[in-house]
Amino acid sequence: MSLLDYFRSRLRPTSAQAAKERLQIIVAHERGGNNDEPDYLPAMRKDILEVISRYIAIEQDQVNVHFDDSSDCSILELNIALPESPTRISTTPPVVATETSES
Amino acid sequence: MVAKIVVVTSGKGGVGKTTSSAAIGTGFALRGLKTVIIDFDVGLRNLDLVMNCERRVVYDLINVINEEATLSQALIKDKRTDGLYILPASQTRDKDALTVEGVQRVLDELSGVFDIIVCDSPAGIEKGALTAMYFADEAIIVTNPEVSSVRDSDRILGILQSKTKRAAEGREPVKEHLLITRYSPERVKKGEMLSIQDIEEILAVPLLGVIPESKSVLKASNQGLPVILDSVSVAGQAYGDAVDRFLGQEVEHRFINPSRMAIFKRMFGGE
Ligand SMILES: Nc1ncnc2c1ncn2[C@@H]1O[C@H](COP(=O)(O)OP(=O)(O)OP(=O)(O)O)[C@@H](O)[C@H]1O
Ligand SMILES: [Mg+2]
Repeated sequence: MSLLDYFRSRLRPTSAQAAKERLQIIVAHERGGNNDEPDYLPAMRKDILEVISRYIAIEQDQVNVHFDDSSDCSILELNIALPESPTRISTTPPVVATETSES
Repeated sequence: MVAKIVVVTSGKGGVGKTTSSAAIGTGFALRGLKTVIIDFDVGLRNLDLVMNCERRVVYDLINVINEEATLSQALIKDKRTDGLYILPASQTRDKDALTVEGVQRVLDELSGVFDIIVCDSPAGIEKGALTAMYFADEAIIVTNPEVSSVRDSDRILGILQSKTKRAAEGREPVKEHLLITRYSPERVKKGEMLSIQDIEEILAVPLLGVIPESKSVLKASNQGLPVILDSVSVAGQAYGDAVDRFLGQEVEHRFINPSRMAIFKRMFGGE
């Protein structure tokens, strides 16, 4: 690598570097006990997010549902980072609930 | 005699499993091992084309599993390489026809006759791929220097460690080998492609070989020739080195840096 190449690569991260960093993150995430996760967890995660966002405006990545399966007990951990001043979406009971009770 | 069972797998499709199975299987036979390559890609068989035996297929793996044919009726003897046989996949059935018990029976019977059994896995992580890897002693994980391929390889590694017979029986785990294919040293140098070191660092699997991106691969498959028999091509030679490494030799990695590739191309016109 020439000196010029070296400085160039310092200044501007290459697409290969971006690829590597993204891979390291996603692979670490998918390895993290993902294999022992119950099948229903992704769906449950989605439902929980849906329920919360009926009341509070919240981003998807602020809700963290984690399942820990050790030999003697399983822990379902729900971690929600609330926005600084939670905006309440509505004070009346959610529409969805009335719909389901009628049908 | 107990044959060694080697699965060639990747998760992601189209990364070079069949090309590698054909090349490496042929390489084993060239080095004197009695070898059979089994196509597990039921419904989408391709190994027969790469091995140039598509017009000689009468019976297939599923016929043998269903006892509609014997193994000796279904095995196709390679015309170019001594000691090499192909067991084709069915083109008309689906992957549900692959049963673990059926495959076990076929492998047991082959195991008495062959030194090494190469299983060309279909893409994905469904039944076909799971069955292809279930009985493996060793696995060659084919990976392209590209984000989705590396991620899928990582998934496959997890499955190899948890869903194979060796894992189920708590035996020594399946031995893993990383095979990087379609590698382009020039693009890596420009920072456009993940490097060997990047991939090794993420997957943490010993490197079996690096097969450069090479026009001779398509040319060979057009002709129905496993590319390892094209001994002028860089891909053919890189597969040869990989086979030697698999069999325990220490071989330096060639063709992984741009200047040597360029010199080689100039001298021999190989691509
Ligand atoms: N080193 C290489 N250089 C250039 N082309 C290659 C190389 N290796 C494989 N290819 C090409 O990539 C394509 C896919 O290869 P191949 O059929 O071996 O992949 P596969 O993993 O078996 O695919 P599938 O998942 O569909 O079974 C083919 O066209 C092949 O010629
Ligand atoms: Mg294939």
